[in-house]
Amino acid sequence: MMPNPNSFNNGNLAVEARNMHVYYGNFRAVKDISLKVKRNAITAFIGPSGCGKSTVLRSFNRMNDLVTTARVEGEILYHGNNIYDNDVDPVEIRRRIGMVFQKPNPFPKSIYENVAWGARINGYKGDMDELVESSLRQAALWDEVKDKLNESGYSLSGGQQQRLCIARTVAVKPDIILMDEPTSALDPVATLRIEELIQDLKEKYTIIIVTHNMQQAARASDYTAFFNMDRDRAGYLVEYDRTPDIFTTPQNELTEQYITGRFG
Amino acid sequence: MSITTTSTETNSSQKRFTLGASKMSGNYAARKRKSQIMEGILFLAILLALTPLALILFEVIRRGASAMNIEFLTSVQNISLIREGGGYLNGLVGTLYMVAIASIIAVPLGVATATYVVEYSDSKLVPFIQFFTDVMTGVPSIFVGLFIYTILVQGGGGFSTLAGGLALSLLMIPIIARASEEVIRLVPDDLRNAAYGLGARRWQVVMQIVLPTAGSGLITASMLAVARAAGETAPLLLTALGAFKIVPELLGSPQAALPLIIFNEARGPFEPAHARAWAGALELMLLVLLLTLIARAIGRKTEAAI
Amino acid sequence: MPRTLFDRDLQALQNQILQLGSEVEENLITAVTTLQQFDARTARMLIHADEDINAARIKIGLDALTLIATQQPFAGDMRRIAAIIEIVGELERIHDYVKGIAKISLMLQETPINPALLRDFSPMAEKSREMLHNSLTAFAERDAALARQIPPEDDVVDELYNQIYLQLLQAIMQKPEMVEQVNTLSWALHNLERAADRVINICEWVVYMVEGVYREMDSELEAPPFVGR
Repeated sequence: MMPNPNSFNNGNLAVEARNMHVYYGNFRAVKDISLKVKRNAITAFIGPSGCGKSTVLRSFNRMNDLVTTARVEGEILYHGNNIYDNDVDPVEIRRRIGMVFQKPNPFPKSIYENVAWGARINGYKGDMDELVESSLRQAALWDEVKDKLNESGYSLSGGQQQRLCIARTVAVKPDIILMDEPTSALDPVATLRIEELIQDLKEKYTIIIVTHNMQQAARASDYTAFFNMDRDRAGYLVEYDRTPDIFTTPQNELTEQYITGRFG
Repeated sequence: MSITTTSTETNSSQKRFTLGASKMSGNYAARKRKSQIMEGILFLAILLALTPLALILFEVIRRGASAMNIEFLTSVQNISLIREGGGYLNGLVGTLYMVAIASIIAVPLGVATATYVVEYSDSKLVPFIQFFTDVMTGVPSIFVGLFIYTILVQGGGGFSTLAGGLALSLLMIPIIARASEEVIRLVPDDLRNAAYGLGARRWQVVMQIVLPTAGSGLITASMLAVARAAGETAPLLLTALGAFKIVPELLGSPQAALPLIIFNEARGPFEPAHARAWAGALELMLLVLLLTLIARAIGRKTEAAI
Repeated sequence: MPRTLFDRDLQALQNQILQLGSEVEENLITAVTTLQQFDARTARMLIHADEDINAARIKIGLDALTLIATQQPFAGDMRRIAAIIEIVGELERIHDYVKGIAKISLMLQETPINPALLRDFSPMAEKSREMLHNSLTAFAERDAALARQIPPEDDVVDELYNQIYLQLLQAIMQKPEMVEQVNTLSWALHNLERAADRVINICEWVVYMVEGVYREMDSELEAPPFVGR
């Protein structure tokens, strides 16, 4: 039986938000999030549009810093340190906590270069061919592309492109992979492939996935966090538990309404 | 239970839809007519806009082609405006020379400006830079010539290839900056985010992702400026001045240019000079066309490599 | 935001269950009456009715599965459908006991048994029926508290069981030649007792449906002492 989120401790904790608030200018987008994410598990964030689940996801690797008006209060603890401390380099955080986006977004480079680029700018000195191959294998893409590594990343199908993006993220050897609705632009078959892939990836990485698709959260995750927004349109965490518990016996009435499709 | 109810509902809603469609058919004809009329008006507007352009092209080709020959393309200028013969080779070389110098200066500066404006949009300098480029785009080109004349030609350099090239580069920078800005803005944020997400620093994202992605667009933006510079006369009057021979020197000697010669020969009352000016105009047009085609090919090649 | 189509289908399923339940309730009482009155015609009707009950059970089960496949229910909806599938199974099995009692009443046609022995079957059947009725009310009203009140009442049924069982033993001792008939009758008694046990299962599923926790609710007496479980 999987441990309850309340029982996560230093032994199995990947990252933790403590009383985190995120502001865009004067607008509070997310309020008072406290959440522990388990290592080598898949955690899904679900909730209605605008509930701040993507904002929370992006604060885990300081992608929100790229929005000039964004401001984070509270703490995100990673290996015991607050990643928002002044002496922390956000670039260093993003190397450890990678990200896969909603739309497949390979670089306009060859398949090989797509995978190699991130590792190279991070100063990877080892055998690049080997790294590219192992990354593509981890992303379950190697067999499909091994004979056309020099072709453009854009020559691949949408699902393959998204797996290429996963390979590219894996090549940097992160700890945690954040996925922001990674299958929302894919067809059902490609979606299931990515879900299968994520199950394999959790052996080596911690995965946090934002999804609009409740069935996906139910199918593919170990833990589920349900976010909602209050009257001021600020997102907050409603309920966080083991996925089987959330989808069979949610404790909060709002969660129940949301996952049974009777929300709002 | 539910299956029966659902299927009856579908049937009735289908019926309603068919009914509605037959009711709409009267409106449909009227709407179609209206659409056709609007389409016709738009077509006329395009025709009106294109007519002068087509007339110019037609006239340049008609008059220019009759005076164009091997001698014209391969010989330098005839000193006499009255006599026939000779060509604009000195002008062609001068134009290419000065445009090349101008491009070497203007392309990096223009692209750099655009990059700064887009990628460092959090900088407080950006609105100021944008305002300045806008103003520079609007400056009459003769002022640019006057400016170089004052500080370089009068300042001791004399008329020269470099002075002409500098004047052209000043014209090109704002054009390139403005056009490149649009092109760089077109690079999807997804790509920037992807790069940042891999732990890239800003300069790595700009140099290795944004600019290569914008590559072919940047070439097009630069070609826009090159075409403009190659046809400029005014700034060269006060900087390159003109020459009757091929001038290889960068400094110390006035330089020829195609528009300058066309301007000089077309001004007079002499028929042979007029004919050469038409041929020169055609040559200039073909030159710009050729440069554009080459740029397109380079752009496509880099895209294909991706 | 309601889910009109889904809610309507769920409601329809629930109505089918309740209808099936009231038939089972009625037949339970009828079966015991049949036994007491040696009414072969009604007994045959009950045996025949079991086929309809089985068919209805399969239809409800398949409809429930269709709802799962097409509506992907979660949480409360999912638990409700799970409860429907389980409860319809329990109802079908209760009706198997009804059919068993009807068969026994046919077997007892030839050598009528002392009616005194059959008298106390009535309160036992009535109590079982009442429990079944209440459990289905708890299901329809989603009333976990009511569902929790029902299992302790099984003690009444169990006590009646023990009482009648003793009467049957005494009857055998008094008239050993009646051993076969009385023994057959004891199966009917056993069927009644099991029917009430099935009601407890229904209550367990109602509590799960409402609260999301499944817990065994057998009464403290567990099984009657004479019935090895």
